[in-house]
Amino acid sequence: MTILNDPVSAKLGNRQQLSYIASQAADARLNVELETEGMTLNIGPQHPATHGTLRIIARLDGEQVVWAEPSCGYMHRGYEKLTEVRTFPQVTSLINRIDWLGSFANEVPFILAAEKLMNVEAPPRAQWIRTILFELSRIANVSLFLGDLGVQLGAITPVFLAFRDREYVLNLIESATGGRFHPNFDRIGGLKDDLPAGWIDETKVVMKKLRNFCDEIETLLFGNEIFQSRTRGIGVIPRDVALQYGLSGANLRASGVDWDLRRDQTIPLAYDKVDFKVWTHPDGDSFARCWVRLQETREATKIVDQLLDGIPSGPVMAKVPKIIKVPEGEAWVSTENPLGEMGYYVVSRGDLGPFRVKIRSASFNNISITPWLLRGVYVPDIITILASLYFILGDIDR
Amino acid sequence: MHLQKPKGEVNQLSSPAETTAVVADTVRDEMVAAIRTTLGTAVVDTLVKPGDDIWVRVTTESWCASIQALKVAHAFDYFCFLSAIDWMPSPYGRGEDDPSEPAPVRDTVIRPGYTGGDTRMQLLVRLVNSVTHLGINIKADVPNDSFTIDSICTVFAGANWHEREAHEMFGIGFTGHPDLRNMYLPMDFEGYPMRKDFPLLARMVKPWPGIVDVEPLPGGADDDVKDGASEEGTS
Repeated sequence: MTILNDPVSAKLGNRQQLSYIASQAADARLNVELETEGMTLNIGPQHPATHGTLRIIARLDGEQVVWAEPSCGYMHRGYEKLTEVRTFPQVTSLINRIDWLGSFANEVPFILAAEKLMNVEAPPRAQWIRTILFELSRIANVSLFLGDLGVQLGAITPVFLAFRDREYVLNLIESATGGRFHPNFDRIGGLKDDLPAGWIDETKVVMKKLRNFCDEIETLLFGNEIFQSRTRGIGVIPRDVALQYGLSGANLRASGVDWDLRRDQTIPLAYDKVDFKVWTHPDGDSFARCWVRLQETREATKIVDQLLDGIPSGPVMAKVPKIIKVPEGEAWVSTENPLGEMGYYVVSRGDLGPFRVKIRSASFNNISITPWLLRGVYVPDIITILASLYFILGDIDR
Repeated sequence: MHLQKPKGEVNQLSSPAETTAVVADTVRDEMVAAIRTTLGTAVVDTLVKPGDDIWVRVTTESWCASIQALKVAHAFDYFCFLSAIDWMPSPYGRGEDDPSEPAPVRDTVIRPGYTGGDTRMQLLVRLVNSVTHLGINIKADVPNDSFTIDSICTVFAGANWHEREAHEMFGIGFTGHPDLRNMYLPMDFEGYPMRKDFPLLARMVKPWPGIVDVEPLPGGADDDVKDGASEEGTS
């Protein structure tokens, strides 16, 4: 057979080879029936449907995907290597850029891991402000997702609403931290600064606006028949598959796993002081993932409102040495970031900088399911499935 | 998971002495005892940090079987991540050497971390029980001569990409992996970037400016602890 001597097939591994042979066989069958040829479709790296530089190679049989795989690495910046030549306080400015839409949330688990190794805990006021800013970055991040979702399906309006309302949140983050996108505000032992005057009242007004935005999106998009028919029953991820691929965040909860790291672990943030609901959905399809994110955004605004009412007074910085040397040890801390579970495995050798940092980013695991998930779907559904999985390129490649 | 503390008694200015008093962690201790029974001689060493985490080191040969047993017998069904650690100290330090000076003498002794280790490279996997949310870090030595270990793709399909990444960055081979293509780098890239003996060239070609620009570090042991916490808080 010519298939086995095929130069493309020879380069592939066993499993890919099997599906490749299957695709060839499917092509051969179709060629006989319809006289069509199999086709390899290349989506990206620069394509409006891929949120950045993700490239997807899909082998098609007619309009169905036989084999698809994302090709990463266009955004690889080698942060794990770079952290080894930085001091602990310098690392936060790097890891800000992993998930650039929710930057503040990236800093928190790393700082918590360093604090855990140093046996230091931030004062309560710092913990509360951290939690508020954490939720604000979730709102900024996910509201853009909600708007972007419409664009993937050809609806232009939601993205304008999303950019408008996200700007209110970014203004808040900017006025508190000084940075719109990359706050770099977290310090080992607390925060760089206290909140500015009038910030709390302003935030309450913005949270009302954001709840309105959620309602608007819900009626505009989620109630839309086209949206529903394009997402319901498409890209279904069962519970056990989601678990073994390590999916996290809304993607996992949309598959019916009731697990939220904000609620289910003891962590020095103020989540145990507030009352919030963890939303899950039993379906596991694209619609469920989008719907869970919408509910989470709404829930986040309520968390912020509750926290604003009870910020304790006091300092925002604990007593830490001026030159930070982290004692020898290993620590793992992960938090529920906008995209899912983000964690840092920090190995310290009692030096100024970390010995090794493993960055466990949510999108890397979330997108690793695509070869499994895209098999057999139709070409237009690739776009909605990828949109509903929601990844940030910097979070995949790091 | 963090050090358990009584609610409402969080210290504003905590110091190491106040947070070290931790009660025994029965949940984790029992889990480790159960794991030792299940895996038997495959377990080399274990470590429990009360209220924090579990570390288990298994033998290289039993790597895949141990992961399978943990998944089946103890319901560690959530695959969090897989990665490797190169325990060799970097011969280049932190890349802050002055190129005009002779290279300083550095410590080259390989010291492993928690639960020990006999080789330079170690593999690290984190699994979580999706119901009890108890996490576990599993380590295994990677032989120094072959840098090869069994793949766990058959146990957790999600390990596929993580093993590809470890193969590309650390040069660890995974027997039984379907497809060890590079993810980030071109296929003809030479060397393994995350190994400690791979130089960070950006720091080699010209001196690190950070070392020149910093203001003189405050010296003396009594200057070590800053008592400016209150002034930071009110600014």
